[in-house]
Amino acid sequence: MDYGLSEEQKTLKSLARRIAEERILPVRVELDETEEFPRSIMKDLADSDMFRIFIPEEYDGLGGGCLDLCLVIEELSRVCSGVTVCYAATALGASALLEFGSEEQRQKYLPDIAAGKKLTAFGLTESTAGSDVAGIKTTAEKVPEGYVLNGTKQFITNGGEAELYTIIALTNKSKGPRGASAFVVEKDTPGFTFGKKEKKMGIRTSPTRELVFRNCLVPEENLIGREGMGFIMTMRILDRSRPGIGAQAVGIAQGALEAAVDYTAQRIQFGKPIISLPVVQQKIAEMATQVEAARLLVYATARTIDGGARSYTEETSMAKVFASDVAMKVTTEAVQVCGGAGYMRDYPLEKMMRDAKITQIYEGSNEILRGNIAVAVRKRKARRE
Amino acid sequence: MNIVVCLKQVPGTTDVRIDPETNTLRRQGIKNIINPFDAYALEEGVRLKERYGGKVTAISMGPPQAEEMLREAISCGADEAILLSDAAFAGADTLATSYTLSQAMRKLGEYDLVICGRQTIDGDTGQVGPELAEWLDVPFIAYVSKVEEINGDLMRVERMVEDGHEIVEMSLPGIITVVKEINVPRLPSLRGMARSRKAEIPVWTAGDLGVDEGMVGLSGSATTVVRIFFPERIHDGEMLEGDPESQVDALLEKLREARIA
Ligand SMILES: Cc1cc2nc3c(=O)[nH]c(=O)nc-3n(C[C@@H](O)[C@H](O)[C@H](O)COP(=O)(O)OP(=O)(O)OC[C@H]3O[C@@H](n4cnc5c(N)ncnc54)[C@H](O)[C@@H]3O)c2cc1C
Ligand SMILES: Cc1cc2nc3c(=O)[nH]c(=O)nc-3n(C[C@H](O)[C@H](O)[C@H](O)COP(=O)(O)OP(=O)(O)OC[C@H]3O[C@@H](n4cnc5c(N)ncnc54)[C@H](O)[C@@H]3O)c2cc1C
Repeated sequence: MDYGLSEEQKTLKSLARRIAEERILPVRVELDETEEFPRSIMKDLADSDMFRIFIPEEYDGLGGGCLDLCLVIEELSRVCSGVTVCYAATALGASALLEFGSEEQRQKYLPDIAAGKKLTAFGLTESTAGSDVAGIKTTAEKVPEGYVLNGTKQFITNGGEAELYTIIALTNKSKGPRGASAFVVEKDTPGFTFGKKEKKMGIRTSPTRELVFRNCLVPEENLIGREGMGFIMTMRILDRSRPGIGAQAVGIAQGALEAAVDYTAQRIQFGKPIISLPVVQQKIAEMATQVEAARLLVYATARTIDGGARSYTEETSMAKVFASDVAMKVTTEAVQVCGGAGYMRDYPLEKMMRDAKITQIYEGSNEILRGNIAVAVRKRKARRE
Repeated sequence: MNIVVCLKQVPGTTDVRIDPETNTLRRQGIKNIINPFDAYALEEGVRLKERYGGKVTAISMGPPQAEEMLREAISCGADEAILLSDAAFAGADTLATSYTLSQAMRKLGEYDLVICGRQTIDGDTGQVGPELAEWLDVPFIAYVSKVEEINGDLMRVERMVEDGHEIVEMSLPGIITVVKEINVPRLPSLRGMARSRKAEIPVWTAGDLGVDEGMVGLSGSATTVVRIFFPERIHDGEMLEGDPESQVDALLEKLREARIA
């Protein structure tokens, strides 16, 4: 398939693949079992300038677009999406500063993020606010010295490992969704600690943790954008980062497809490799077709964003929903065609199946996103587009 | 700090084939790579630059296609690269190679530290580093596994010896050769790759170095390769077939026949 990638994008993709195969592959099983943070791989990614991709050139980045980031995420996820999430969450955590930060904030933080010296995280979810983000209870009270944060975020990727946290908190409870604001909070700020670290089904090397704020004073200059813009920014940010989850899903599915082909080509039953059985061939063909369709939808969506589109909730929701469902289907089928071996931890497929599941859940569950798509379709119809 | 790293391009395989008719290496179809030990030398140079400032110059004597390897060196952190290439350099042994490299160092002028690999995977002699130090009349430490610190013109390193490690100091300028325990070489960076695509890699010829042609290449070599050959196969090995038990029985039988058991 010709994806119409530029020479730079091909280079980027092949370098990401090299990192995945040379640095991640040898340790992915160990990382899954120990659930340890892949610190040295983050260093490798930084050394290769992978954190520069999503940062503009003015701040020591390479000024890449959404598609560039997707290519890296896909290649890394083909080998281990757990490691990828540690990287991709930094792109997400940096996006509020990138898109809505003041010039001073950008100057202060972005070069360190580009250099991979500082990882970031994005803290929105709370025990009372999952799909219903308006249910957040964390408050940021204005005081003369800045804002005082109180509350607990849960399920936060890179919690404890990141240096910078974008936190959504209520600056005006009475205004409901219009009363939320975004802040950048540095690790080691007094009053900011880490709570429970989750034990998960998949992406186990990626830490998912509680962030606890107890009278945590952050300076006024850490407010991102204006007060009250918190949810609007959040929706914008998630719209933009969603193709990344799609790319993650495509990478997982691609990895699973390849592992299934490798195994079925060498597994002999009834005197011949099982890949020559029509049933297996049908499944492989279906898997391959699904992966390709998902990839094209993700790339097209990323290009829509890079082309300067103003709103893309519908497209990015479709890309994420479709690709994540494909990842789940393909990994499940891949385990199936490999039989007992597919189920064993000595082979990569059971991990890929566990890792795939999260792509249907986070950054907007697929149910919520299907709701977005339906609303958008209806609006378009009303506008007679 | 001015750091110079010596890199050699070698065939990317240990399965070296010799053409029986011409007695030369069969290089067709074999991808050339940077000599693996030299990748550690380059990485150490880049790390020292990151620690102490300065610049890293990669230098190689070899055919024109070695330029590709030098570009990869730039994408992995070298600031500049120079290729020493001239028909007159062909057929050099270690003496002529080290002499040519030493003349390039003189032309470069100021340098504080030269880093070489411990040996190559093709020539495999490990002589070029120490010979280079002799030509330049500077101190030399082989098999460095860790650079402890550089303080002014004093360098303290840990080197591997047969039964452990030694801590050694030397004054700079000087030369070290490194072992693979010293670091994990980084992969190329995107910025480095962009730089390497645009980089000018000067090619220095015998004339540029102002060397006596009698001291470089084949004519400057003190050794001559008379013949290259594979050791003759006197006995063919025999593979025992069957399950482990019958293989053990067959093996015992053979050993008894040979009156070993
Ligand atoms: C099959 C074969 C047989 C050979 N037989 C002989 C022989 O009998 N006698 C003999 O003297 N030579 C011989 N040579 C070798 C000669 O041409 C060497 O390749 C060359 O002199 C370098 O020596 P080396 O490869 O052993 O390097 P080593 O001394 O093992 O290399 C040590 C380090 O020196 C540096 N270095 C070495 N070569 C270069 C270079 N060209 N440019 C930049 N840096 C470099 C690198 O940092 C390297 O890691 C032979 C080569 C081959 C391939
Ligand atoms: C591994 C992991 C990492 C995460 N990382 C982060 C992070 O870095 N930052 C962050 O802020 N959050 C993060 N999250 C949180 C994540 O975004 C939420 O888990 C997700 O949005 C779903 O919310 P919930 O878990 O509360 O599920 P719920 O909202 O309780 O949903 C439960 C089920 O009900 C369905 N449902 C709910 N409402 C509706 C509706 N209106 N219509 C139809 N179906 C509905 C959902 O689709 C889902 O199937 C992470 C979660 C996980 C598991």
